[in-house]
Amino acid sequence: MENVLKRHGTITILTAVLFVQLLGLAYQVKRPTERGPIRLIRVWAVSAITPFEKVFVHTVDWTSSSWHNYVYLRNVRSQNEELRDEIQRLRLEQVRLSQDANQARRLQALLAFKEQYISETMAAQVISSTGSEFTRGIYIDKGARDGLKRDMPVITADGIVGKVYTVFPSSSLVLEINDPSSGAGVILEKSRLQGILKGEQRGTGETFVGNIMSDEKIEPGDVVVTSGGDRVFPKGLPVGTVDKVQPGSDAFLNVRVRPAARLDRLEEVLVITKVVEKTPDANDTLTGPIRAADILAQRLPTVEPPKAGEKSAPPPSTAELAARERAAKKAAQENTTSSGSETKPTAKAPAPDKPKTASVPPDTTTKEPPH
Amino acid sequence: MAAPYTSREQFEVYRFHWITFILVPLMALLLQAYLPLRVPFFDLFDLPLLVTIYFGVARRNQLTGMATGCIIGLIQDGLTQRPLGLYGMAKTVIGYAASSLGLRIDVDNPGSRLLMGVGFYILHQLIYFAVARGLAIQSLTWRWGHEVIAGVANALLAVVLFAVLDKFRQRA
Repeated sequence: MENVLKRHGTITILTAVLFVQLLGLAYQVKRPTERGPIRLIRVWAVSAITPFEKVFVHTVDWTSSSWHNYVYLRNVRSQNEELRDEIQRLRLEQVRLSQDANQARRLQALLAFKEQYISETMAAQVISSTGSEFTRGIYIDKGARDGLKRDMPVITADGIVGKVYTVFPSSSLVLEINDPSSGAGVILEKSRLQGILKGEQRGTGETFVGNIMSDEKIEPGDVVVTSGGDRVFPKGLPVGTVDKVQPGSDAFLNVRVRPAARLDRLEEVLVITKVVEKTPDANDTLTGPIRAADILAQRLPTVEPPKAGEKSAPPPSTAELAARERAAKKAAQENTTSSGSETKPTAKAPAPDKPKTASVPPDTTTKEPPH
Repeated sequence: MAAPYTSREQFEVYRFHWITFILVPLMALLLQAYLPLRVPFFDLFDLPLLVTIYFGVARRNQLTGMATGCIIGLIQDGLTQRPLGLYGMAKTVIGYAASSLGLRIDVDNPGSRLLMGVGFYILHQLIYFAVARGLAIQSLTWRWGHEVIAGVANALLAVVLFAVLDKFRQRA
């Protein structure tokens, strides 16, 4: 026995080391919930790496921002001019969209729709990736000490990123939507078809929507948003756009989606730490809590594009729009005063310059919510 | 304090400062986790694997090569959401194989380093893939074209990286 060990000592040790790892692997596959030594090894590994990553990332960011903010200021003046023009344009659009959103809220209140509101979010910095081509995940600099929990949705201003997968004391692992093992409930905005967004199995980083029958009509460019069916992501968050549609296995389509968020260039993300469900209040303003479906509300077909041959009027100025809004409010107040406290069918006075919309039928008995 | 390591083929003793043995794998793990955020195609490379190969062939000791691979692999596993042991097993075998190879052939030649880089990379991926699919029931698809290209890219990086790491090697 001693001779065998001497002659084949290293091979024996190699086999033993592999066997121990194999047993550990079998244990993890059998009991996917990580506890005991498995959790401990992971915590040690992450705790050993993330402090250095944080220092590294902050140093790189500081150097980069110093350069871009204090040294390299070429073309800043012309960019400022362009941004000022953009702000003016967006202000006009904001006034118009806020009217649309308010109307959408009033309609939803009438129909007693329950909406999901993003009540609290937490900004986090991306400090590293998993460093493996077989997985798609990122580490953020917030963890259990900051109140993060497993399965919290992670987003950017552009769209969804993924969900919190493992929480460590001062960092968390976020599983991105393009990981082969991830899944998110989505809906195609135009066709209202629902499906599950998954990462490509080969680990290429692409995302696909499955379970859509091949006789459905889907076109590249269709917008994909979250459906809320997975109980992780609130409904209405942007996911991406359809990039390519091709026949898949059996009778299903292979719908490739280009994510709205730049998953390969993430620097900062938002973790949604609290989502509340309530019936929308018509008095909610845009300054209130961010509603998950606000994005959808902005896309309600209230602003009709000018028809071919029609000359489109130039957009009104901010002052004009504000004056019109004041006039509309005044008219509504007078209407309420004259009708007293009785609940009467009231025909809604159309807002000035507001295109006709799909709204409550004239014979419906409704009470106009207060403005 | 310096740890002595003997090159049996050349009968030369190389010394590496102990800090090198901690910092080099640590830096490899840090860069592997950080760089894909800034350079998206960087996940094609596997720096911890290259470091495992380097220490395996430089130390020419199967036990230490195996231990180095096992520790680096398990830490790498700890950073992913997959079960622990996938990278651990693959890198344990690579550490052992690299040190066994270092005992037999000249591994200071750039040509042999290039071939070694391609071979070990593909072997590593095969082991990972087999264990992940067969034992850990992970959904993965093997792509020959991708793996060969990645193998060549890793081997080219290995030639440069090994030349840099050679600077830390001291002759006794």
